[in-house]
Amino acid sequence: MYVYDAFDRTLVAERVEEFRDQVARRLSGELTEDEFKPLRLMNGVYLQLHAYMLRTAIPYGTLSSAQLRMLAHVARKYDRGYGHFTTRQNIQYHWIKLAELPDAMADLASVGMHGMQTSGNCVRNITTDQWAGVAPDETEDPRVFAELIRQHVTLHPEFSFMPRKFKIAVGTAARDRAALRIHDLALQLHRNAEGEAGFEVMVGGGLGRTPFLAQTIKPFLAKRDVLSYVEAVLRTYNQFGRRDNIYKARIKILVHELGPEAFAKEVDAEWQSIKDGTLTLDDAAVAAIADRFFYPAYERLADGPPQLAEARRASRDFDLWLGNSVANHKAPGYAIVTLSLKPEGGTPGDATAEQMDAIADLAVRYSFGEIRVGHEQNLVLPHVAQRDLSAVWQALQAIGVATPNVNLVSDIISCPGLDYCSLANARSIPIAQEITRRFHNLDLQRDLGRLHVNISGCINACGHHHVGHIGILGVEKNGEEFYQITLGGKADEGATLGTLLGPAVPYGQVADVVEDIAAAYLELRERPDELFIDTVKRAGIEPFRERVYATR
Amino acid sequence: MTSPLEQKKIRVAGPVVVTANRVGDGAVVYHRADGGWTTALGDAAIATDAEGARALLAGALADDLRAVGPYIAPVKLSAAGQPRPGNLREMIRLRGPTIDLPVPLGGTAMASRAYTHGVPAVAAASLFGQ
Amino acid sequence: MPLVENGKLVEDRYIRADDDAPLPERVPVLVSAKRFLAEADMLVRRDGSLGVIWPNDRRVAELKPWLGHLALIALEFPKFRDGRAYSQARQLREILGFRGTLRATGDVLRDQFTFLVRAGFDSFAVKKPADAAAFAASIGRFSVFYQPGADGRISALRRRLHTTDAAKTSETV
Repeated sequence: MYVYDAFDRTLVAERVEEFRDQVARRLSGELTEDEFKPLRLMNGVYLQLHAYMLRTAIPYGTLSSAQLRMLAHVARKYDRGYGHFTTRQNIQYHWIKLAELPDAMADLASVGMHGMQTSGNCVRNITTDQWAGVAPDETEDPRVFAELIRQHVTLHPEFSFMPRKFKIAVGTAARDRAALRIHDLALQLHRNAEGEAGFEVMVGGGLGRTPFLAQTIKPFLAKRDVLSYVEAVLRTYNQFGRRDNIYKARIKILVHELGPEAFAKEVDAEWQSIKDGTLTLDDAAVAAIADRFFYPAYERLADGPPQLAEARRASRDFDLWLGNSVANHKAPGYAIVTLSLKPEGGTPGDATAEQMDAIADLAVRYSFGEIRVGHEQNLVLPHVAQRDLSAVWQALQAIGVATPNVNLVSDIISCPGLDYCSLANARSIPIAQEITRRFHNLDLQRDLGRLHVNISGCINACGHHHVGHIGILGVEKNGEEFYQITLGGKADEGATLGTLLGPAVPYGQVADVVEDIAAAYLELRERPDELFIDTVKRAGIEPFRERVYATR
Repeated sequence: MTSPLEQKKIRVAGPVVVTANRVGDGAVVYHRADGGWTTALGDAAIATDAEGARALLAGALADDLRAVGPYIAPVKLSAAGQPRPGNLREMIRLRGPTIDLPVPLGGTAMASRAYTHGVPAVAAASLFGQ
Repeated sequence: MPLVENGKLVEDRYIRADDDAPLPERVPVLVSAKRFLAEADMLVRRDGSLGVIWPNDRRVAELKPWLGHLALIALEFPKFRDGRAYSQARQLREILGFRGTLRATGDVLRDQFTFLVRAGFDSFAVKKPADAAAFAASIGRFSVFYQPGADGRISALRRRLHTTDAAKTSETV
């Protein structure tokens, strides 16, 4: 993970002081809310239903134990003892007081954390695969480029008042675990015919009212040109993105209205003026950042140590958890452990301060002091020695983060919804909770296999429902909560938007509908190992539609 | 529960109050007849027509120092004339999330910041059923 | 509207000329883009400094033929949230090489001063007198900038490279 130097620390500290002054001027009336709002948004401070909400950035989802402990401290001192991990690898606190925020931010700054640009019409948190740096199918660590870009766009004088928010994701692995194509800008590493590594540049993805998948505007961008090209994309967007209609202001609309070829031409014209200039990334510039990334000094271990085999024999539950929550690591003898924040009946993505502290301690002991946050709202211990897996599992169980449901139907991705969010039309968390109760039988979950349920409480789609295998969107009809169901969405390299199943169903029937869909899959699948998403693709949604609406 | 941020015309179909969030801590507050703000819905000024609602809102909007984002929210009146939240969103704003907040391991809910809202987690029925 | 240049309040030397008004002799004048484009050849030959107000929805490249004749370009922020003029400013400074005065006009507020300076503005028609008075303090707030801007200050990236040979620290966060 990236280690702050004096420049980074100074920048964050100066930002905290600036915000302290801005809060004081707001509380004294020197700043109106209208003037203050974009300023607080630039520090991740929202106003929600019950209180202010602070969204703290977790750049590309990587945390040190010290940072996780500070997140726990903020939850305890300034909030109600818990935090919520989001679908953009950030954390949110839902009960913040404005007057206390400068102190909370100073505490966060002491470990190099902040809320800068987690909101507002600027470039937001740059996300990557939560297995970055340790996944076997990865060629390079995407976080180095994510950090290069992050620094470049932080407090960027030209791009702090764009038409709308701008979300960037970087991927370097064969599998897309970062949902690249739903981003405004995505970079995917490839090798060309000469074996050189470069980035495919995709632009114009985004969910919400008008969902789009990103389109390729440049198949191969040399690494040295990444910053200048990103600059050209942002400059094009800043100048020509629509500012007349908030619902048409994202870059996806500009790309759609111009067409990707015309858009690419505009970007290229801007780029020609600045490429090969000061933004060119020579080796020294990349090394200045890459050298500050800390990598573990792995021991030389072998896969499949005897302790592991013994533990598997001794406990079926351990064996099942292993098969579900543990993935192969690129270093022999190590493993990637996912911590499920989706317990039965719980709020997806929430963790208490106590849990965060306990996980931080475990990370020091077993994961070289590092934790990851995934966009699926689970946590990861990325460097666990296989011989330690049994001990880790037992510790995780005690913390309540060892439910072996990763990627299964109860591993639900959900926004906070109407229980917290002022934009929401309907609740999402109780829907998720009820679904987990209906599917509490883990044998059933394992039989159903990989099945992604995504819930959004409004059309802004923070739950990414468009790309869920089962997508659930809360709407309001005559003062009642109703839910539209979509089927067949995918967030990975085969990104697809789901198809509407039929008329919206009322709050009380959503869990029933999910059960009907699951039952239909069990009947329709050709073989037990045909994945849900593949059955939907093969059989189409008609049989599912019939089943769900037969009695509705 | 369409976000009131999308409200453009003032349409008053029944009794309404003006509600906002308090600047310092974001708490839900209601506009009082004397121009102040209260967290108690029972002390809120109630308007019954568009004119009254408009006047109430105008006063609230002018109080940028104390309240953020005021808007007109419906209420229902009890038999005794006491205002109650007029839709699910307003009930959640008044009484808090409809779900249990996370509890620390092996413990009870946070003591000094204990948050009770009396609204249990809901299984199958709509919370806002008649 | 208070004008800030070189960190202090100054009088505006420029006369804002209406589109159809005769131009005063030998004094700096500021004209609309419409008038400028219609009368450019005459205006640049006039004795006296020339300034143009350029809207934020037109490409500044259109001004390229006349940049050597323009003493002032005023760019517009209809609302402070409309950040198009930041791009215009940087293009004028860094790509087109404009050396004259670049003025920010419109909804120009204190909390944007640092961004404006970094984008290349050096003249500020500030909306609130209190903000104008706080100009120097505002821009002195930040000492580290990650990216290069039009104000010539070295980015952190490059500063790091110059100090790479200095003592390395092994502090962890």
